[in-house]
Amino acid sequence: MPETHVGQSVFRKEGFDKVTGRARYVDDLTFPDMLHGVTVRSPIARGRLRGVQFGDGIPWHEFTIVTAQDIQDIPGANCVALILEDQPYLASDTINHPEEPILLLAHRDKYLLEKARRAVSFDIEPLPAIFTIEDSLNRKELIWGEDNSFKSFLIEKGDVDAAWAQADFIVEGEYETGAQEQLYIEPNGMIAIANPAEGVTVWGSMQCPYYVHKALIKLFGLPPEKIRVVQAVTGGGFGGKEEYPSMIAGHAALLAWKAGKPVKLIYDRAEDMVATTKRHPSKTRIRTAVGKDGKLLATEIDFVIDGGAYATLSSVVLSRGTIHAAGPYNWPNVRVRSRAVATNHPPHGAFRGFGAPQSIFAMERHLNQVAQTVGLSPEELRRRNFLKPGETTSTGQVIHEKIDLSFLLDRAFSLSDYHAKKIRFAEFNAANSTEKKGIGFATFMHGAGFTGSGEVYLSSVVGVEATPEGRVRVLTSNTEIGQGSFTIFSQIAADALGIDFDQIEIAQPDTANVPNSGPTVASRTTMIVGKLVESAALGLRQTLIASGLLGERYSADEFAEACRQHIAAHGELKSFSKYEPPPGVHWDDEKYQGEAYGTYAWAVYVAEVTVDLTTYETRVDDFIALQEVGKVINPVLAAGQIEGGVAQAIGYALYENVVWRDGRMVNNQMTNYIMPTSADVPPIRVYFEELPYAFGPSGAKGIGELPMDGPAPAILNAIEDAIGQPGIQTFLGQIPLMPETLMKVMTTGGGND
Amino acid sequence: MRAFLPDYELKIPANVGEALRLLNDEPGIWRPFAGGTDLMVLLEAGKLAHKRFVSLWSLPELRGIEASDSHVTIGAMTTYSQIQRHDVLRAEFPLLGEAANLTGAIAIQNRGTIGGNIANASPAADSLPALMVYEAELELISAGGSRVVPYVGFHTGYKTTLMREDELIRAIRLPRLTAGWRQHSRKVGTRKAQAISKVCIAAMAKLDGVTINDIRLAYGSVAPTPVRAWKTEVALKGRKLDSATIQTARAELLNELKPIDDIRSTADYRSRVAANLLVEFLNRLNQL
Ligand SMILES: Cc1cc2nc3c(=O)[nH]c(=O)nc-3n(C[C@H](O)[C@H](O)[C@H](O)COP(=O)(O)OP(=O)(O)OC[C@H]3O[C@@H](n4cnc5c(N)ncnc54)[C@H](O)[C@@H]3O)c2cc1C
Repeated sequence: MPETHVGQSVFRKEGFDKVTGRARYVDDLTFPDMLHGVTVRSPIARGRLRGVQFGDGIPWHEFTIVTAQDIQDIPGANCVALILEDQPYLASDTINHPEEPILLLAHRDKYLLEKARRAVSFDIEPLPAIFTIEDSLNRKELIWGEDNSFKSFLIEKGDVDAAWAQADFIVEGEYETGAQEQLYIEPNGMIAIANPAEGVTVWGSMQCPYYVHKALIKLFGLPPEKIRVVQAVTGGGFGGKEEYPSMIAGHAALLAWKAGKPVKLIYDRAEDMVATTKRHPSKTRIRTAVGKDGKLLATEIDFVIDGGAYATLSSVVLSRGTIHAAGPYNWPNVRVRSRAVATNHPPHGAFRGFGAPQSIFAMERHLNQVAQTVGLSPEELRRRNFLKPGETTSTGQVIHEKIDLSFLLDRAFSLSDYHAKKIRFAEFNAANSTEKKGIGFATFMHGAGFTGSGEVYLSSVVGVEATPEGRVRVLTSNTEIGQGSFTIFSQIAADALGIDFDQIEIAQPDTANVPNSGPTVASRTTMIVGKLVESAALGLRQTLIASGLLGERYSADEFAEACRQHIAAHGELKSFSKYEPPPGVHWDDEKYQGEAYGTYAWAVYVAEVTVDLTTYETRVDDFIALQEVGKVINPVLAAGQIEGGVAQAIGYALYENVVWRDGRMVNNQMTNYIMPTSADVPPIRVYFEELPYAFGPSGAKGIGELPMDGPAPAILNAIEDAIGQPGIQTFLGQIPLMPETLMKVMTTGGGND
Repeated sequence: MRAFLPDYELKIPANVGEALRLLNDEPGIWRPFAGGTDLMVLLEAGKLAHKRFVSLWSLPELRGIEASDSHVTIGAMTTYSQIQRHDVLRAEFPLLGEAANLTGAIAIQNRGTIGGNIANASPAADSLPALMVYEAELELISAGGSRVVPYVGFHTGYKTTLMREDELIRAIRLPRLTAGWRQHSRKVGTRKAQAISKVCIAAMAKLDGVTINDIRLAYGSVAPTPVRAWKTEVALKGRKLDSATIQTARAELLNELKPIDDIRSTADYRSRVAANLLVEFLNRLNQL
């Protein structure tokens, strides 16, 4: 038998095709007679659409033109099916955000198409719009439902109201996080073939083929088997290709349906940045009761996110943010009240971390303030309150894992030389008037998989199929989006079957050929879907053994021979596995109580910074990321996930500022939306602790989102350490912390002038 | 690509004479195309108003760096990579190499030209403050002949210059008079590469003991054009380099510069950081 693959840094399954340029992304595909499509969008944030003008000098008769009216002529419905069905594919009457799609054009010549796009103009009667969480909460304008609220949650643990009286200190703070663009390297795109005879087929860049499938069923009113969705090789997603591809697929399909020809619809970077989803901006208010001894007595958290103009995934983002808000601490009393509100921004959507980076930022900054008030170090305050096995989270989930956060903290501090640096930096700062150094950290946890009963509802299915040559093909709808899922699945399947990694193939996700194993989101692909791959593969092996064709121990040739004989005798050799929740998992959706997640990953991140007092710029000099993630299946890929996530979160903390003007992103270019380059990112030193999780494949947990949670608060805690002076409150409660903001804080708060 | 490509034309002239003839015969119609690193961005965004271009890439008359006793002459088509590698420039005009090193990243440095940076006339262009403090001259050529103009004064307003539509920048001339001057530059662009300056400074000064004998200060991104801080220079000239002088100069600079808010930064930030950069330069003068 070959050696095992799990735990090894095997090469990426699809890596060779990508580095040699052989991989075919959607824009590499073409079809005979194909047209190009574009989307014509609203120039303003809110209004009533009164008419459309087609300018002079364009041969309009050569164009396929689709408006909301055309959707009325097909059996389906003009809404993007997701959770609530409030978002139209094309606006017909009301415009609710800038860049809202109104009209679609297709033509063979993509340059002429662009000229035509500019020649379309709209008559829109403007309506007052709102762009801030405050204006939405105060109902300055009522723009959605009865109260501008997409969703709200309430978590109650213990008796918060009774706790204030016993507090030695009550600490309050307000924290804000900004929008963030996913900036996957490949912009969005789709190709569609659609006609009454064949139904609708789309190829494109996406994370979740079955989301697109569901959306197209609704749009066209066709039976599921008449809709086919194929994922093309996809250049990154980060959540940005979770829900929005349903919109683009619908647009391409509507054009193709009307034109009777294939239509390719590809966004350029500017359109992708201005029109598609971003991370939800948030505002959090926290009020905490604490004893003189540093015991956290109670916290009351008010967490609000800006959902933009339509509901999309805001309720789910809010849910994760709400559950993660109290952090990995043993609070006897907690109240979390949260809301996702409507504004006239383009809808905000999924982005790595999904609400958790926002609420964790607030808590990890807040605890440093609490520590300062009590007179303890940030470390000591946390040590006295870390969640331990047997204690409960804010939703009352008992921690059964043998996690020891104090040990993680010790290890992270020794890896980063935290205590020695604290002393050295204090000396440096005393002697230096143009640069200040600081070190800070954050402790946090991240739940893997869908929240609560989510995985039960999804009820994912994975298949494996053997060929007569003894190769085994994995059938899942989970996508490879640069994170390495095809490699991980191959490692897991190879070990379960006792065959070589190269004998495993991964079917390209295509709804005509693969079962629905759920979306590629929520750090669920390795842990949940990987486990299903493992059990489907074990099922296949069991079938061969039970049929007497294979012994308990076998060679590759024996395995191939067994497959050949089984297929000759019985036909197709497939095995399927369906999700079963781990025992003892209960979730109350009404009260938001119970096992919010099957398991959590736990982490301590330490950041070291230098603040330049001439320019108010912050440089991250060193970064330690220590996490407990169950079994590490592929060390290089796992470290890559953490490094990439940390880099993305450094952008979130210090660089990436979406500049809004009347609800529209105006810096929608990589020149002006400052993502850090490799020259700006420090060495990121990644370390793992492994406590195998009984219900993950070989003990693995999810890790994809985790690294997005901790860097921002760790960095701001480090900046505070650098510039804070005894007696002077320099309050840093907002990200991105741009140099302009830091300058204001430092020059008005008594800092350096 | 947001441009309608068939509308555009790029002509490769046989020699500089043909290029100048095109510019002369249909003034305002034909425009020079150098490295294309500014023009292609506009084309991609569908914002390139002019449609007809004449390529300067293969014209030898616009290339090369030559040093005479009195001047270094840099062909307009010299790339940032070439500037960084040139020994005389490195020794005598280091601020130019420092700016080149921080312009875009390697690909842009291999393609972008100094002439393009000048003619494009962005207030945020990184090489221009250095040319201002070096008191460069520009050699402009046209079908009718050539003329030399001082670079200071070349920019007449936001993206407008003294250059006529039939002219090309042939070369930049730098007087070799930097001996004894202490030089300094800094770019503030939030990230370390591929950054458009929020503020940048090029500065040089001549000290006589503790007295500032002469000083030149130029900034980018604080006005519609790159600027010399003339009043601040006057306030510093002949003064003793001490903290009182530094404070006076700082106040004078804050008075003199009137930057604006835009999507990249704020007026407040630009003013304060420009002043901090001046203070940094003056504080370091003794070590330069
Ligand atoms: C990714 C990226 C990063 C960048 N980063 C920086 C940066 O950090 N700092 C910075 O300053 N700039 C930067 N730029 C802008 C650009 O690279 C520079 O301005 C460069 O010097 C332009 O030179 P070019 O040869 O490419 O000019 P082109 O784009 O060819 O031309 C620019 C303009 O100058 C005119 N022109 C060119 N040569 C002549 C001539 N000899 N005579 C008359 N007119 C002429 C052209 O007609 C045109 O109007 C960046 C650009 C990109 C795309």
